[in-house]
Amino acid sequence: MDYFTVGVVVFPGSNCDRDVSWALEGCLDIRTKYLWHESSDLSDVDAIVLPGGFSYGDYLRCGAIARFSPLINALDDFVKSGRRVLGICNGFQILTEAGFLPGALTSNKNLNFICDDVELDIVSSKGGWFNDGGKKQTIKLPIAHGEGRYHCDSDTLKKLVDNELIALRYKKNPNGSSFDIAGITNEKGNVLGLMPHPERACDEAIGGTDGLFTLKSLILK
Amino acid sequence: MDQFAVKVFVRLRPSVLDPAGEATKSASIKLGAEGIKSLRIGKMIEVKIEGNGENEVREKIDLLCDRLFANTVIEDYEYSLEKL
Repeated sequence: MDYFTVGVVVFPGSNCDRDVSWALEGCLDIRTKYLWHESSDLSDVDAIVLPGGFSYGDYLRCGAIARFSPLINALDDFVKSGRRVLGICNGFQILTEAGFLPGALTSNKNLNFICDDVELDIVSSKGGWFNDGGKKQTIKLPIAHGEGRYHCDSDTLKKLVDNELIALRYKKNPNGSSFDIAGITNEKGNVLGLMPHPERACDEAIGGTDGLFTLKSLILK
Repeated sequence: MDQFAVKVFVRLRPSVLDPAGEATKSASIKLGAEGIKSLRIGKMIEVKIEGNGENEVREKIDLLCDRLFANTVIEDYEYSLEKL
């Protein structure tokens, strides 16, 4: 493998796959490859992004059907190998449904589909997804979701807090998420799920560059 | 092989806020319905399924409920089963 390649997974109903690819290739010069959800061969990618959208029309629950795709079945070994997986919005929902991350995402408290920029506190630098040399503790990223209310039981929340697995918290909770949670990692730190869209904040021309660091960190070992 | 009609009910756990239920409760009150103390929305899934007896079918339905029909982090389920 000559170039570090990020696999961008495409489900029927994904709609942020091209945005992610554009941000990685156009803004960061990182090579990408689209991975159709029926593929289970992950041998030629070094990291994976599960993009936003409405996989399988969000039928039953967000991410519930996507979880059974051959690609998600193959993801277990990929994650165990220590390679990095980033789930954005619907990708985060899929990661919780598939059990890679704890908790669940359900309908926003106010039932609105919220499309807005939000301020986020970087809580943990686990996995190095947001660690910008300690310079910036608050970032601004866009959100666009109807079902982004993170929910978990109190034992899980304690575990998230104790093990520093909460990556991002909303400064002003938009959707009723438990503990203002906007993003979490697994214990190893190589899997991050978040509701905000870093790929939509990669160029000043579209309102900010606070998402660049997270996408760039896909190449970390 | 026996055939069964199964009705699965999936509900948000009592501890999980149900905004759609709250909105529907609010609309119900606007309609003039009195005395509504609580209103929560769930899903009902109808399955026709074959198997060697009720126990085998229950095993299959339990698996479906646990792994697919419900997300047990936020939802509970129950089902009724009728031999056809």
